[in-house]
Amino acid sequence: MSGSTGLLTEGQDLRIVGFLCNWCSYGGADTAGVARFEQPTDLRVIRVPCSGRIDPLFIARALLSGADGVLVSGCHPRDCHYAEGNFYARRRFEMLKQFLSVTGIDPERFHYTWVSASEGQRWQDVVTSFTERIRKLGPATKMAGGTGYDEECLKEIAAAVSLGDQCPCHKEKA
Amino acid sequence: MSISVGYYPGCSGSGTSVEYDKSTRAVCKKLGIELHEIDDWSCCGSTPAHTVNHTLSAALSARNLVLAAKQGQEEVVTPCPSCLANLRTASHKIEDEEYRPKVEALLDESCEEAASVASTLQLIIERVGIDAIKKAVVKPLKDLNVACYYGCIMNRPPELMKFDDPENPMAMDKIMEACGATVLPFPLKVECCGAAAGMPKKNIVTELSGRLLEVADSLNTEIIVTACPLCQMNLDLRQGQVNRANGKSYDIPVVYFTQLLGLALGLSAEEVGLSKLVVDPTPRLRFADVL
Amino acid sequence: MRIGVFICHCGSNIAATVDCPAVAEQAKGLQDVVFTTDTMYTCSEPGQNEIIEAIKEHKLDGVVVASCSPRMHEATFRRALERAGLNRYMLEMANIREHVSWIGKNKERNTVKAFELVSIAVAKLRNNNPLYANKFDVTKRVLVIGGGVAGIQAALDCADAGYQVVMVEREQSIGGKMAKIDKTFPTVDCSSCILGPKMVDVSQHENITLYALSEVEKIEGYVGNFDVQVRKKATYVNWDECTGCGACMEKCPSKKNIDKFNEGISKCTSINIPFPQAIPKKAAINPEGCLMLQKGKCGVCAKVCPTKCIDFEQKDEIITEKVGAVIAATGYDMFDHSVYKQYGAGQYPDVITSLQYERLMNASGPTGGHIIRPSDGKEPKKVVFVQCVGSRDPSVGRPYCSGFCCMYTAKQAILTKDHIPDSDSYVFYMDIRSPGKGYDEFTRRAQEQYGVQYLRGRVSMIYPKGDRYVVRGSDTLAGTQVEVEADLVVLAVGAESAKNAPALAEKMRISYDNYGFFMEAHPKLKPVETNTAGVYLAGSCVGPRDIPTSVGQGSAAAAKVMTLFSKDKLESDPQVSSVNTSRCIGCMKCATTCPFGAIKEVTDRAGNVKAEVIETVCQGCGICTVTCPQGAIQLQHFTDNQILAEVNALCQAQLDF
Repeated sequence: MSGSTGLLTEGQDLRIVGFLCNWCSYGGADTAGVARFEQPTDLRVIRVPCSGRIDPLFIARALLSGADGVLVSGCHPRDCHYAEGNFYARRRFEMLKQFLSVTGIDPERFHYTWVSASEGQRWQDVVTSFTERIRKLGPATKMAGGTGYDEECLKEIAAAVSLGDQCPCHKEKA
Repeated sequence: MSISVGYYPGCSGSGTSVEYDKSTRAVCKKLGIELHEIDDWSCCGSTPAHTVNHTLSAALSARNLVLAAKQGQEEVVTPCPSCLANLRTASHKIEDEEYRPKVEALLDESCEEAASVASTLQLIIERVGIDAIKKAVVKPLKDLNVACYYGCIMNRPPELMKFDDPENPMAMDKIMEACGATVLPFPLKVECCGAAAGMPKKNIVTELSGRLLEVADSLNTEIIVTACPLCQMNLDLRQGQVNRANGKSYDIPVVYFTQLLGLALGLSAEEVGLSKLVVDPTPRLRFADVL
Repeated sequence: MRIGVFICHCGSNIAATVDCPAVAEQAKGLQDVVFTTDTMYTCSEPGQNEIIEAIKEHKLDGVVVASCSPRMHEATFRRALERAGLNRYMLEMANIREHVSWIGKNKERNTVKAFELVSIAVAKLRNNNPLYANKFDVTKRVLVIGGGVAGIQAALDCADAGYQVVMVEREQSIGGKMAKIDKTFPTVDCSSCILGPKMVDVSQHENITLYALSEVEKIEGYVGNFDVQVRKKATYVNWDECTGCGACMEKCPSKKNIDKFNEGISKCTSINIPFPQAIPKKAAINPEGCLMLQKGKCGVCAKVCPTKCIDFEQKDEIITEKVGAVIAATGYDMFDHSVYKQYGAGQYPDVITSLQYERLMNASGPTGGHIIRPSDGKEPKKVVFVQCVGSRDPSVGRPYCSGFCCMYTAKQAILTKDHIPDSDSYVFYMDIRSPGKGYDEFTRRAQEQYGVQYLRGRVSMIYPKGDRYVVRGSDTLAGTQVEVEADLVVLAVGAESAKNAPALAEKMRISYDNYGFFMEAHPKLKPVETNTAGVYLAGSCVGPRDIPTSVGQGSAAAAKVMTLFSKDKLESDPQVSSVNTSRCIGCMKCATTCPFGAIKEVTDRAGNVKAEVIETVCQGCGICTVTCPQGAIQLQHFTDNQILAEVNALCQAQLDF
């Protein structure tokens, strides 16, 4: 994608997706910006109201679609703008971590943390170390077609679906 | 209960504070602690080494911890707080993987396996415990007013020593209380006695130790209890000098906590080396019916 | 859809490290984008006009602004869209300043990143829908928690403006810390003479209901409509009847209770009125000291009471109040200096706190305003003040400056000389912090006119010597150690957050910092607001404040409440969850996870259980959306489709099925 814009002459950024809660971590990232804390450029932030709004599906979707890493950050425990959203988030993310390796994704590519709106310095550290971690892991293995999905495979599935009852698998079962 | 640890007496233990070494060994035996003196131990480097070269100081101390580990001891105790400070510092430094090779180069051997180190005071209070001491006391130090003086480095720096309160330590107070003594609230318990300035600048010792004696005296202290050979020496051996410099006439015995603890546990005056002290404690101890 | 994209240069803030024209050019290729441009300052008047004109000229129905953080200017641009006739929620922002230009120096990489953030915003915008606010009623009553000077000011201002005020005070009397203080700096005004009349106003104002010796138990609801439960603690005295005559105090045989109002330097009776100017001036029984309540025999107070208002059977009472806004003015507590073992850990009787010293100096205090040593009642001739006890000291977890101690110490030193002319005062200080009108002149007066000896350095230890105390510290200006023998040592203890402040913050659903102080919505621009609509802050509950600042904040919070109450109806934020009833299976998992109780169970005409969102209660966190197994409940403006569109745009998974 970065290459496709034709704007970059050398190298390529990694594709790191950040999901940040509006009240703490997005503010923390803003604070880091205001303080001019330099960070790697690989991260792209998606703003959500609360870490409790982050469906593990979003993270899985990002990783399956070719993201090299996903970084999630919310308010510190007990400091959630919505009282307890980050507790739900924490439980969901722990579950997701267990589940990721089953899908063939290195769980190291996903990290969640807590950064408050005043912790600009911490945000810089989090982004830098996570980017560093993903750099060490290298770009995620892309399935054929580079979209994260094997297009050939998808076509086959689509073709099979369009056959409906005529599909060989139905026949075999019968 | 049997506790078995390595033992590092330190140079003063075989010189100016033989009575500390002697009473420590006797008390530990009484309390069921097996002390295994490190074979071929050497000086920790003391103050002179680390004022000249930190790596050299670390190497001198680390050598002893490596030796202890080779001799099968995971833990070493030492009575002397100054040795403890050096050994602990070395132990901390050789944990650092970047620093360790510097020490290893000087020693010509690996420092990866090294014993940990603590004071005998810490060992006694944490591993034997106050209740066990209370039970073991056969000759309570009744009617004896003592002031516990810890000196400046027993608990400092707190991040390194990780033992007791650095401003108001209570370990010796509790042990003395367990022995039945009346422990006075000595406010200068972590003040400096003048330490090693006794050689180059005697007036510092006479001033600082003089203040300690003055406050102890104002509390009607009968015996000052210490845990440090240097503190003990400055207050006991130099008490006459301090008196002359300040125009005072204090006559306060200064003993090691292991000596009083030993007496309470039923050891004899000889076994705890009372005769080595300059200011004689026996009149007060007799008066209090301890001897 | 017809989308316009505006790339802001922000002067050189963005343009210096992002090629803005290139981003604008590149954005033309994004789906549905029909217009792009780059402007110098999009938030300026010409910048906003450009957006408005472009909307009209190009018939745009959605706008992406790539500029600073949406936390900065989202509201600004939403208003611009509304002026052009678009729904305010048809705006998306790409943060290419805080998240791009300010944190990276590589212009090429920044430009790529900026463009990708724009493409995310476009992808989300393509899934946006216009949202419309609902209107709801406002209860024009305000709850003021805390009756210190900040709370008093806030309550009086609101009451004078014609609004009903409910004031809840934890202690038996209002007045807070200021009521304990003898004189105020830098004018040396009598504290109770200037506060007293305000306290009386509170008790006599027809619009103020005061609950003393009470605490807030529970706050439910939302801006404009809070339901508050107040626990009115048992006083064992019927306050409707009590005249405050004090006959009971004279006869009470239990006289050894710790006198909290006098900071523990004196004792008081079990039935007590804390001080003569107390508001309400009513007696209350301390159950822990009362012989009748503890042992079942005595009852002397009940016999002597002329109005027969003693009631040993009284129980705590829960009172429910409806209010539209809350002002928290819960103040601070004094740092407990006993953690300083080197200062005697609170064991030396003549080493006292600054607030105890205020009570000693106060004419209505236990000594009648005579400064004496608590140990032997002698007049001290040498007083040493130690500043920064529990301030600016990370080793005790108090790295912050308490702000007012330098000033009150100077005041106390001056007053000491006034009380005992042949006395000497010494002050150990780190720095003198005296920014304020007439403040620095005041500390100079202490030194120059009153001869107070200021020694710059910290005190390393205090120990008794005979019946005096040796205060040892450093004099960093002279480069030496100093020892001062003192008759009395006054520790200028710092401020810390009020006891239980975090618990109260959680009841109000506001944030607090590591030290328990409440967090304002913005430290510079919203100093009395919080992130919870309808909850405002005043005084030292936010951090240590002196009296003028606290009073100012009390008025400021009151002004915010009046602004809120100036409207008869409030608009609800439409960024709330909404249920697609045809997908909802009535499992009600959403209701169990909702932190605000905003989801209720309803039955549709066919008799099926469905979830329904109470829009005014919903705060828009979206926890329910993730919980729903059916995807039936969606947080508006942050729906699954919108967020997945962003993810897809970023990962470029262009799947066609």
